[in-house]
Amino acid sequence: MAREPDLAVVMTRRRANRGLVLALQIGFFVASMGAWELLSRAGWLDPFFFSMPSAIFARMGEWMWSGYIWGHLATTLIEAMAAFAIGIVAGVIAGVALARIELLAAVFDPYIRVMNALPRVILAPILIIWFGLGMASKIALGVSLVFFIVFFNTFQGLREVDPIVLNNARMLQASDRQLMRHVYLPSAAAWIFSSLHTSIGFALVGAVVGEYIGSARGIGYVVAQAQGTFDTTGVFAGLILTSIVVLGIDLAIERLERYLLRWRPEA
Amino acid sequence: MARAEAEAPAIAFEAITVRFATPSGAVHTVMSDISLAIAPGTFVAIVGPSGCGKSTLLNAAAGLLFPPAGRVTVFGEPLTGINPHATYLFQADALLPWRTVLDNVKLGLVFRKVPDAEASSEARAWLRRVGLAGFEDRFPHQLSGGMRKRAAIAQAWIVGPRILLMDEPFASLDVQTRQIMENELLGLWQESKKTVLFITHDLEEAIALADRVVVLSSGPAHIKGAYDIDLPRPRDVAEIRLNPEFMALYRRIWGDLREEVMKHGIDGAGGPGHGA
Repeated sequence: MAREPDLAVVMTRRRANRGLVLALQIGFFVASMGAWELLSRAGWLDPFFFSMPSAIFARMGEWMWSGYIWGHLATTLIEAMAAFAIGIVAGVIAGVALARIELLAAVFDPYIRVMNALPRVILAPILIIWFGLGMASKIALGVSLVFFIVFFNTFQGLREVDPIVLNNARMLQASDRQLMRHVYLPSAAAWIFSSLHTSIGFALVGAVVGEYIGSARGIGYVVAQAQGTFDTTGVFAGLILTSIVVLGIDLAIERLERYLLRWRPEA
Repeated sequence: MARAEAEAPAIAFEAITVRFATPSGAVHTVMSDISLAIAPGTFVAIVGPSGCGKSTLLNAAAGLLFPPAGRVTVFGEPLTGINPHATYLFQADALLPWRTVLDNVKLGLVFRKVPDAEASSEARAWLRRVGLAGFEDRFPHQLSGGMRKRAAIAQAWIVGPRILLMDEPFASLDVQTRQIMENELLGLWQESKKTVLFITHDLEEAIALADRVVVLSSGPAHIKGAYDIDLPRPRDVAEIRLNPEFMALYRRIWGDLREEVMKHGIDGAGGPGHGA
């Protein structure tokens, strides 16, 4: 009985904290945007190099109203999603194969290290030569980024299976395939999910950087065009738009993750 | 033929020797030349000081570990892989944390390709039997330690094993829960008369539960003594401790065990020690 009031106090305090944090977050946004706007208007910041928030948001609105941006956004998103999907499937398959087959892991270990050490952006020119200026080269660049993240996490996740849980399933007569499905993959799921947050960002990086280097469509192309005409406002607008898109996708993944990993005790 | 099988021990350890190479390169002998036969339908407890290789012996019976010398036979057949007649109750939690209680209990049936509806109804019946009706859709972390043990018992029992291997299954529970679980285990065992090989560092628990107590000594492990426990059944683990015969047995076996404990120390109760 004596506990309940305490609990209630803790609950309200937590809620109050959350409200305060949100208020401060909004406050910070308004203050920094306001400062940027004022400094630009007062001439302390050169609008040619730094633009100003009102112009940037006006540009974003203009892009959306005129319909100019939607096609480019769709292109970038399709490329990123394709890279994301292919990278996950390939990464999980490779992770499972190398975690299960000792020899394969030993043979490929140095090659994977070298490939992973290579800054992937350097691949963009060769990928454009191989796959052309269309979507395929951007997808390939995204895959080269996503694959390694998913691969390493899958590999590690499979290696960290609790040996007692594993032995218990073996005693219950699980076949190798059943062990994979019921023990290894669910156990690695937490690792794979944490890799998805990073991967979605990288899938988009692959698409945008690919477009920036050579294409006729997509957000990267829009930013490159704006840069070519020294249109700082356009560069910022493209940048902010990309962040908003990634944020939205990341929130969706987080909800999915919370549902699929609901068996875990809350830390 | 049928008679020969009936007479074969449920588990027979034949001259088991286990050695490990230590990091420094020396060979560490965990156990040497252990032979032990366990008759079908008996409840055998193995007690011994920590580090004496109790769990190693159990894992050899499970087919999770193959000793470099000696062999294990199960109902007369030499063991070549996972023991097909046995399930295992571990000291630590072994339920799949990402499966609900119901899905965990029916796991062994799913692995045996039993149709899902049949597996589910059987699992529900087992959950009622171990007092977990209404908890079917919980995840393991949402249950208490005692409830997780009940689920583990149902999971091990549902596949109808002829042998149950138990590695200090109740060591992590508090004393009251532990006694309740011990009585429930005895109740289930009494109905089925399965062969049980039960590892513990707690001599009282061993005597209260078992038909036969085997004392293992350490460094390297060998069998120090084996005692038949002729206490009446059915037993209540709390009451049986007050039986004068129980105390006499306890004194006799403790006399043997004490020397070993003095030499090497015993597992702390509830500690993570596996005695391996």
